[in-house]
Amino acid sequence: MISIDLIQTTAERLMDKAAIEIPEDYLSGLQAAAETEDGDLSSFVLQAMLENYKAAKEDRRAMCGDTGCPRWYVKMGNEARIEGGPVALESALRRATAKATYDVPLRPNRVHPLWRTDHNNNVGIGAPEIEYGFEPEGDWIDLITVHKGGLFGTDYRMLFPSDGIEGIKRFYLDSLVAFGKRGLACQPAIIGIGLGGSKDTCMVLGKRAACLRVVGSENPDPRIAALEREFKDLGNSIGMGAMGFVGKNMVINCNIEVGYCHTGGMQMSVHAFCLSSRRAVARLYPDGRVEYRTDPDWFTPYQRRETVDWQGGAQEAAE
Amino acid sequence: MTKPREIRLSTTPTPEALAELRLGDIVYLDGLLYTAREGVYMRALEDKANIPLELPSQSAANFHCSPAAAIRPDGSFNMGAVTATASFRFAKWLPEWMAKTGAKLIIGKGGMSSRDYKSYFVPNGAIYLSTVGYGTGALLGRGIEKVEAVHWQEELGLAQAMWVIRCNKMGPFIVASDLGGNCLFERENAKIAKNLARVYEGTRPATLKRYGETDDRSDEVIG
Repeated sequence: MISIDLIQTTAERLMDKAAIEIPEDYLSGLQAAAETEDGDLSSFVLQAMLENYKAAKEDRRAMCGDTGCPRWYVKMGNEARIEGGPVALESALRRATAKATYDVPLRPNRVHPLWRTDHNNNVGIGAPEIEYGFEPEGDWIDLITVHKGGLFGTDYRMLFPSDGIEGIKRFYLDSLVAFGKRGLACQPAIIGIGLGGSKDTCMVLGKRAACLRVVGSENPDPRIAALEREFKDLGNSIGMGAMGFVGKNMVINCNIEVGYCHTGGMQMSVHAFCLSSRRAVARLYPDGRVEYRTDPDWFTPYQRRETVDWQGGAQEAAE
Repeated sequence: MTKPREIRLSTTPTPEALAELRLGDIVYLDGLLYTAREGVYMRALEDKANIPLELPSQSAANFHCSPAAAIRPDGSFNMGAVTATASFRFAKWLPEWMAKTGAKLIIGKGGMSSRDYKSYFVPNGAIYLSTVGYGTGALLGRGIEKVEAVHWQEELGLAQAMWVIRCNKMGPFIVASDLGGNCLFERENAKIAKNLARVYEGTRPATLKRYGETDDRSDEVIG
C-alpha cells in the first residue's frame, strides 16, 4: 500500500522541481543548439535562456513567469495499491497543485473559460488534468507532472492517405512557420507529432510525444525514427531560430507517436513543448522509497502494444 | 557574430532616450512598471473604473504580464518569476489605453504589427520592448527591487491584477519597434521568407481545405 501522505508530499516536491529545474536532456539539447547558432539575435536569446535556467535553480524561482498549466500523468504497476484508493489519489494531487501554486509560487493560470473565475490555485473544473496509464508488472506508481505552457504552437488537421508523407511534411512546416514567427511557440522546442487515432486521441498522442519523451529518444519503429530525424533537420533548415529571428534552431527533438486510425483517414497533430519544458517524475514504492527522475518513460512496449493479448517480454523478443 | 548593444532605460523615458533606441538593442529597465492586460483594460476602459496609479508620471511602462506571485497572509508579496504574454491580442484596447495613460513603453511577447506601430505607437511617441526567450522569467525576477502594490486582485484574480513593480536593471528586453514605427519581427520575417519556397519543396497542400486558408507563407497568424 502506498501512503497517501507520501503521494502528496512527493507531488508537492515534483511541482516545485518542474517549475524551477530544466530537465537535463532538454538542457543538453539547448546547449548543443547554442553552440551551432550563428544568428546574432537568436544566439543572444539562447545564451540568455541558458543563464535563466541557472538563475532559476540558484534562486529557486520559477524559470518562466508563465508557469503553464500543471497536469498529472499517473502510471501504475498492476500490483500497486493506494491508501484510500483513486479518489484519495486525485484529492492529494489537487491539494499538492494548489499548495505548490502558493509556495513556489506559480502563476495561478487556471480560470473558468467564460466567467474567468480564478481560484488563485490552478485548481478548478477539470484542472489539473489527471491521466492514467498502467504497466503489467510492479507495485509502484509513477507520478509525472507536466506544466506545459503556451497558447500557440499546437494544431490539428485531418489528412488522408492520399496526402502521404508530403502532406504530413506540409502541415508540419506550416505549424512551425506560422507559430514560429515572432517566437509565439517559444522555440526551440521539443516537437511532438501525433499520427492516427481519432481526433481526440491524435491530440493526446502528439501532446504526450512532446511532453513525455525525452530529447534523444527515438520511436522503436526504425522507419518512424528515420522520419523523426528527417523532420528535426527539416525544421532546423527553415532559417528561423529563437523568437522567430534568423537562425538555425527551431527543433530540439522531433517525437512521433502513432495510433491505429480509421482506414480512410490520417489524423495529424503538432505540439511544441517550449523553452521551459517543465516535467518532473517520481516513482513511489509501498515501502516508502521515492526515486526522482526527469524521464517519464511513458511509452513502454506495453503502451505501444499492437496485438490482442499482452505477451510481455516474449513479444518484445519476437520483434 | 556581433553582440547587440546594451542600454539602461528609465520607465519614464525622455523622448530623446527613446529616439536613441534601435531595433535589436538590448534594454534594462529602472523605475516603476505596472502590469496590465485584458482584465485591467476591460475594467479601466469598458467599466470606466478609476486607475489606481498616477499615469504616466509614476510610470509610462505597461508590461503585458502575469507574474508567478502569491500574497502572504500578512499582505506582503512573494514574486518569483515574471514573463510576458503575447501582446497582439490587446490591440483592441491599446490605442485608447495609450491615449489615456501616456504609456511610452509597451512591454510584452511577440510585438505588434507595423500597422499598429504606425497608427498609434508613433503618434504617441511610444515603442515596443519584447521580452527575451521566451522567457527569461527568473532573470527578470531578479530585476524586481520591490513589489509596491497590487490593485484589483479581488476583482480580477492574481493573474489579471494590476501589479506595480519597482525594477532595478530589469532585463533583458529587446527593442522591437522604434519611434519610426519599424518592426523588428517583420524585418526578420522578410529575411526568412526568402528561404521558405526551397524548404517547402517536396510537400503538398492538404486534400481537405479549411475555410479562409492561405498558402501565402509571408502571412502571419496574428491579427
